[in-house]
Amino acid sequence: MIEVRGLTKRYGDVVAVDDLSFDVAPGQVTGFLGPNGSGKSTTMSVIMGLNHPNSGTVTISGKKYKDLRWPMREVGGLLEARALHPGRSAYAHLWALAQYGGIPKSRVDEVLDLVGLTSVAKRRVGKFSLGMGQRLGIATALLGDPAVILLDEPVNGLDPEGIRWTRDLCRELAAEGRTVLISSHLMAEMARTADQLVVIGKGRLIAELSVSDFVASSSKQSFKVRAANTELLIPALENAGALTLREPNSCLTVMNLSAEVIGELALEQQNALYELTDLCSLEDAFMEMTENAVQYRAS
Amino acid sequence: MTTTLLSRDEIAAPHARAGLRCALRGEWTKFWSLRSAGWSVFALAFVTYGLCYLSTNALRGQSNIHDPIMRVLVGFNFGQFVMGVLGVLFLSAEYSTGQIRSTMAAMPRPGIVLGAKAIVVGGVGLVLGEILSFSTYFLGRFILAGQAGQIALSQPGILRVLIESGIDLAVVGLIGLGIASIVRSSAASLSIFTSIMLVLTVVLFAMPGVIVHDLSRYLPANISSTIFASTTPNQLQGTPLFSPLFGLLLISLYAAVLLFAGGLLMTRRDT
Repeated sequence: MIEVRGLTKRYGDVVAVDDLSFDVAPGQVTGFLGPNGSGKSTTMSVIMGLNHPNSGTVTISGKKYKDLRWPMREVGGLLEARALHPGRSAYAHLWALAQYGGIPKSRVDEVLDLVGLTSVAKRRVGKFSLGMGQRLGIATALLGDPAVILLDEPVNGLDPEGIRWTRDLCRELAAEGRTVLISSHLMAEMARTADQLVVIGKGRLIAELSVSDFVASSSKQSFKVRAANTELLIPALENAGALTLREPNSCLTVMNLSAEVIGELALEQQNALYELTDLCSLEDAFMEMTENAVQYRAS
Repeated sequence: MTTTLLSRDEIAAPHARAGLRCALRGEWTKFWSLRSAGWSVFALAFVTYGLCYLSTNALRGQSNIHDPIMRVLVGFNFGQFVMGVLGVLFLSAEYSTGQIRSTMAAMPRPGIVLGAKAIVVGGVGLVLGEILSFSTYFLGRFILAGQAGQIALSQPGILRVLIESGIDLAVVGLIGLGIASIVRSSAASLSIFTSIMLVLTVVLFAMPGVIVHDLSRYLPANISSTIFASTTPNQLQGTPLFSPLFGLLLISLYAAVLLFAGGLLMTRRDT
């Protein structure tokens, strides 16, 4: 169980994470979704105790990271960049960290076997491919057999087989009752791996919902809605069974309702609709949700 | 590929909390699992023995040699650079490679990480330093053969030089580590280290005035030169030098201050 409360992190004038609150529950895979630069990695670094927040708190099973008695046994993390010395062998890298966690040598062999790196364990990790590096990162995260696992963009650089393997592993870890948080900027991949979604943009929480809700509704139909009084429209839409997501500029993403129903509900309220746009796919829905939050975009 | 996962709680925790003991084991493994460790030890031995041979061999047949032990241990002046660089890289390379994030995730209390690194660098430096100083000494005696009586262990100051030279190596390694804990970047740490050890000494010597010379006796390189010799040149261009023991305490204080400041900074900063 991870609880993030009112987390704010600034780098100079840049606000990387802005008053972010969400929960990550055990027994399911939680996808942490957002465009590049939206604050996912910063949030994960704060959860791992590596970055200090300007305000807000993060607790893991009720404790702050630095107060964990055996951090490696309680939380395992794969952090975005390769967090290892290229001159060391995979085996030595894992063994040194295992010693930090009071973990026996046999467990090093076990995780190497688990990620399929046994045959290259004595090779220096500087010579590893991107995919092998990711696998070693996953091995590092699993070293202490932790109840909470954070993987930042774990499928980056993996081939399709590796992506499927990572997905299966995450599902298996969650099925064992662990708390699994994985970040990605790829909506489609998240929809296949995660049970629950935490969507952020520009460091702010955009939505916290289950993938099945998201997929079911957005695969039927979802609309971008802007009205004269958007706040007034939300309860009416939700009473009619819609799933609504607040977005910047008084916009809404509305799922589960047809355009006709949305239009009539607005009419009943004498609430002028300024926009009612069909969002076709999952990817579109995600893009739409985070559209205004994207910081770096190719021009 | 099958995924077999351990059931939780299968690995018993060895004691109440991950602390210095665990960190020490991890850092010890880290230190020796890089090729640079072996190469550095080799370089250290090569330089001290090699320079001992060259400088001592030249003394053969001469009578009344001035401070022969200084000539025997001449390689230590270079050896301490190797140790200092090793100390710097032991931490700065973690920052440049990103390894530090794995380390700090495993041990979120930076003071313990730095403490464990200091014990490893200090311990390796001390053991290596003592082995090198005594083995170089016996090499020197062997080369000097008939004149070896001048550096017999019973001669005043000889034993002191041998013991303190080994300690000096450890302390300089810790100064390197301390600089890296403050500066983090390898390039910047190394240039600051060499500036303090070498460039500053040269620069201060080139400066006019008694005040500047008064400052130069505080420099680690000048302190080390008194440690590596049995007869202390009391004066450095008119300014009295510190005694070897006081000098050793002074550079130990430098190392302690640097490490303490670095530890505080590591706790405050993002990793």
